[in-house]
Amino acid sequence: METLAISLVKAVPVLSAVPLWTMTLFVMVAVAVVVLAFALTFEGVGSYMLRKVAGDIQARIGPNRVGPYGILQFLADGVKLILKEDIIPAKADRFLFKLAPYFVFVGSFAAFVVVPFGVGLIASDLNIGVYYVMAITSLVVIGVMLAGWASNNKWALLGGMRAAAQIVSYEVPVGMALMPAVLIAGSLSLQDIVRSQSGLFGVFGWNLFHNPFTFFSFLLYFTAAQAETNQTPFDLPEAESELVSGYNVEYSGIRFAMFFMAEFGDMFVVAALATACFLGGWNIPYFNAATLPPLWGNLLSLCVFLGKALAMVLLMMWVRWTLPRLRVDQLMRMAWKYLIPLTFFNLLGVSLWLLLFNGRGIPQMIAAVIGR
Amino acid sequence: MSAVDAKAQARTEALPTTEMTINMGPQHPSTHGVLRVELRTDGEVVSNARPDVGYLHRGLEKIGERLTYAQFMPFTDRLDYLAGMNCNCAYAWAVEKLANIEVPERAEYIRVIVCELNRISSHLISFGSFTADMGAFTPFLYSIRERERVNDLFEDICGNRLTYNYARIGGVSGDLPPDFIEKTKEFLDYFEPKIDEYNELISYNKIFVNRLANIAVVSAAEAVAYGLTGPNLRGSGVAFDLRRDEPYSVYPKLDFKVCVGTGERGKLGDCFDRYMVRINEMRESIKIVRQAIAQIPEGPVLAKVPRLFKPAAAEVYVRTECPRGETGFYLVSDGTVNPYRLKIRTGSFVSMNIFEPITKGLMIADIVAVIGSLDIILPEIDR
Repeated sequence: METLAISLVKAVPVLSAVPLWTMTLFVMVAVAVVVLAFALTFEGVGSYMLRKVAGDIQARIGPNRVGPYGILQFLADGVKLILKEDIIPAKADRFLFKLAPYFVFVGSFAAFVVVPFGVGLIASDLNIGVYYVMAITSLVVIGVMLAGWASNNKWALLGGMRAAAQIVSYEVPVGMALMPAVLIAGSLSLQDIVRSQSGLFGVFGWNLFHNPFTFFSFLLYFTAAQAETNQTPFDLPEAESELVSGYNVEYSGIRFAMFFMAEFGDMFVVAALATACFLGGWNIPYFNAATLPPLWGNLLSLCVFLGKALAMVLLMMWVRWTLPRLRVDQLMRMAWKYLIPLTFFNLLGVSLWLLLFNGRGIPQMIAAVIGR
Repeated sequence: MSAVDAKAQARTEALPTTEMTINMGPQHPSTHGVLRVELRTDGEVVSNARPDVGYLHRGLEKIGERLTYAQFMPFTDRLDYLAGMNCNCAYAWAVEKLANIEVPERAEYIRVIVCELNRISSHLISFGSFTADMGAFTPFLYSIRERERVNDLFEDICGNRLTYNYARIGGVSGDLPPDFIEKTKEFLDYFEPKIDEYNELISYNKIFVNRLANIAVVSAAEAVAYGLTGPNLRGSGVAFDLRRDEPYSVYPKLDFKVCVGTGERGKLGDCFDRYMVRINEMRESIKIVRQAIAQIPEGPVLAKVPRLFKPAAAEVYVRTECPRGETGFYLVSDGTVNPYRLKIRTGSFVSMNIFEPITKGLMIADIVAVIGSLDIILPEIDR
């Protein structure tokens, strides 16, 4: 932030009259607003996308009333939710009830800060990026549990407890499945991880193709992340047909909207992490965005990244509308008996691979043999 | 008492662990209507689930005693609204037996055709809502899509899409429209391969099977003892079908198989068996309709029956195979224009008896599976 503020001051000399900390603060707020705007836009467009995809899969039309092809439906929904009466159940714990949506929303939104949207397009390139995402999204579980508890509703309580058990369990395989990318890049920073995947036509450098273990890692990550964000087949915390709607059953109006938006935010963060860690982030064949002129490079890499991430989101929606739901004991068994051992085994495999082949992946070795 | 024990005790006192009583319904997405289930749970594990019925009681039986025989016909649509045709015909057959009315053969064939088409549409809803209960929402909309075509056929026949009021005492209200046979064949040709598609899509999906196999096993002896009928009985491996074993109408002239549960993915009589019986029965219904439309004779569709008639004092019990089990009408006539007593026996109501014993020790998600696999419908339970 400070470097950005300094470069701004250098570009516009008039600003040097302003103290540096004010500038830094200003830049911080501006970046936060941009990221928030992006998150909200995605959450709106994502909800429209979800419903259209659902419509296509389910042999029906989906939203088509508001705006061309119903694309403004999310605005109408948003306005509706804001205008709705905000109901707090009589015997609810009012303070916790009001607090819960903020935890969930902040947990999901704050993860956007380290998403590497493109060359230089990252709100804050933390050197602990992956770790930060894992940590900050854990806030969600606190919010969900608070919501379940504070609602004073037994269905909400069950949903909250399910969510707590599920998210905490699945955080382990999610983290473990991301570790191979960290090992290969030698850094926790998401920008570094993306940069480590450039080269070799921009495709074969992807961690996905690095070695069999990383490929498997991607599948494990996708499965576990699907569970961590409470998507079908792991949507137990809000299982409509069982728990009515789970932890958010008593919420209405804008508070409900916060849960709803956080869900889409989580979805995007998961897709973005998968893109950055396994699908080469903003790397594409033939164009090395990092070497293009700054503005074009930024734009191109942004488009590539968003395209890949949205394709992942689409895949998640596809799964969501295809599979039935697991039962809670099956869900826990899957995490502890299958996913966690597999991810550990995988991590070991990747480590051994890096040790044995001096950090080179299969494509690089093939390229070496062919003689490029 | 050691310090650790004291701490544990203090914790137990501060946060006592007792069973939680949860009210599932009458407004719950998965109770298939206004069923209320009183759950006593230890976390997710249900120690007892007591069904509480009666939220939809309309006094149909009493209403029947105050109306003439013909006037009661529209009420039977509301008995099982997903299988109105079956209930219509069941009542008509009962009154015809009571009053010794001869029905034209064409009318009997039409009744069998509409009954079996209605069985298909009812099983479709059962299949769809069951998969939706299991968390897969997409098959539900597919089933609605196919059912729409059956509704279109019925709309051609009688103008209605849900409450048909098509059967009359002595026949049916009108002949089939000219292109009905053609359209029905078209529908059957379209629908038959769809069943395989559903099996691929959801029936043999691993998650789906794991949710249903070995859940709420009902042994054959238990099923008979609790008086289960229809697919729920056959799911336990008892090959009993009124259409074959106590034939009525033109069923003896038609060739079909009685589908039973085979325990193909778990124990015999589990939720998956009951589900698969319904899927397989749709195929048999297709077979029956194909045969019936090939055999249907020409002729009148309604016998000459006066609007008001007085059957001689007698009593009959006529039972028929409806999609949700045996629907029986017990009619007592005292020689007047309205029945002295009308009692309806329905499959769903009897299924509720076994609900409490088979749900002991299951999880909340399984309760939903049991409700779906028993395929209850509330207007039939409460009448």
